Amino acid sequence: MPIVHESDLLSQRPSANGRIQPTLEVSSLSFAYPDGHEALHGVNFVIGAGEKVALVGPNGAGKSTLMLHLNGLLHGHGALAVAGLPIVKENLPLIRSKVGMVFQNPDDQLFSPTVFDDVAFGPLHMGYPEAEVRQRVSRALAQVDMANFEERLSHHLSIGQKKRVAIATVLSMDPEILVLDEPSAGLDPRARRSLINLLRDLPLTMLVSTHDMLLVQELFPRMIVMDEGRVVADGETAVLLQDVTFLEAHGLEMPVVGNR
Amino acid sequence: MHVSTFDRYQQGTSLIHRLDPRVKVVLTLLFIVSNVLLLDGAWIAFGAAWLVLLVSNRAAHFSFGYLFKRSFIALPFALAAITVIFVQPGTPLASWSWGSRTITISDAGVIRFASIVIRSWLSVQAAILLTATTQFPDLMHALRHLRVPAILIAIISFMYRYLFVLVDEAMRLLRAREARSARLVADGKHGGTVFWRARVTGSMVGQLFVRSFERSDKVYNAMLARGYRGQLLTMNPHVMQQPDWLFLALGFGLIAALQVIGRLL
Repeated sequence: MPIVHESDLLSQRPSANGRIQPTLEVSSLSFAYPDGHEALHGVNFVIGAGEKVALVGPNGAGKSTLMLHLNGLLHGHGALAVAGLPIVKENLPLIRSKVGMVFQNPDDQLFSPTVFDDVAFGPLHMGYPEAEVRQRVSRALAQVDMANFEERLSHHLSIGQKKRVAIATVLSMDPEILVLDEPSAGLDPRARRSLINLLRDLPLTMLVSTHDMLLVQELFPRMIVMDEGRVVADGETAVLLQDVTFLEAHGLEMPVVGNR
Repeated sequence: MHVSTFDRYQQGTSLIHRLDPRVKVVLTLLFIVSNVLLLDGAWIAFGAAWLVLLVSNRAAHFSFGYLFKRSFIALPFALAAITVIFVQPGTPLASWSWGSRTITISDAGVIRFASIVIRSWLSVQAAILLTATTQFPDLMHALRHLRVPAILIAIISFMYRYLFVLVDEAMRLLRAREARSARLVADGKHGGTVFWRARVTGSMVGQLFVRSFERSDKVYNAMLARGYRGQLLTMNPHVMQQPDWLFLALGFGLIAALQVIGRLL
């Protein structure tokens, strides 16, 4: 069933007061799981176009729960908007093409037999004609440096390669914002390095959840710190990383520099 | 960690490898149906069918032993037919009796049993040849072209994709158990009672199930996140070329010939 595509004008459309819409807007978002566990309490933040933002915090801080809200996989109380489009049921197909969500485990993200099928999954379900799908697949794979891997079987790839292909599976959808969960977890230094270079060179708005403070320091000028379902800090990485007491209070560590 | 135990595909560039997967699937299915239709004791036709297989095997650049060795995997299943030896009416060859019960082997029974074993053996070889020369995704594409219901194909594709992940997971569990299965002295007593070990194994199976179940949730989320709305779409890159049509016709001809041989000779 092909999806009718609204033109890009819709997403770029200035709001009533004439300003350009931010790429992602989260306001007073709260969410409790069915078992009563309250994972998010009034989360607020705004991410502008082109910003690369790190989302850090200890395990169980609500980072993953927040991410699942960003394309409507979970529904909490509060308001969310992607490129000015509120996240409500009617908008979901469009929202999902705008939010490129990459999950932590590439084996969850890559569910098709071949790399091509996986990267083509998004564009196909967005309703693009085959020629366009092909073109998007080769472009996305080239972006992550995995051209020539189209016919390979996903389960034959290394973890680093799987992560790259997983990113390609959403790049092929031309998202407004890339949302990554723990992209550097489980990678060896070389694969991690090439992933960092890749993320640095991608000209996209990004929200990246991670425990890798060196990665944060290197790539993200801005960081949002979450703890116990709340945003406890949102500001310049360089400033926040200086505050040892604050970091320790929220189960974080200052990145050890100087050994590189 | 790579598990290629289930990967039956053998890289190759032979004519058979390059054929359109639809042709291979259709011919394999027809070959199997043809085997089933051959009458009991049609030895010449069975021999001819085997010859067809051997030639195809050669054309795929596999050694003679390739098909032969792998084909025995199906023999245990053919044993399910062993009862026909005793129940088929015909000239008795031998009989045993215990009290009032008598078991008789008849000649017609033996012939039927041998025919069933040969039929399944030939059919399995054809299937092995198909999977050895066709990449799994191509097989799925072929089935899609042949109008197999999309949901079935989706299930098979997911099974194929996650079989590897699941086996990896099972191996990790086994290894974790192995790593903690220590023994203090070499007196032969170790590892607890059979009952205890069975419980450990049982909970491992349960673990595996729960993990798979949770994974299915995550995979579903990943699909939704990329626009899945209940219908799986893929692209079918295959186009029938002239050699494919020719091979298809040749295959039809050969299979028809097998049937004629089976009925006339």
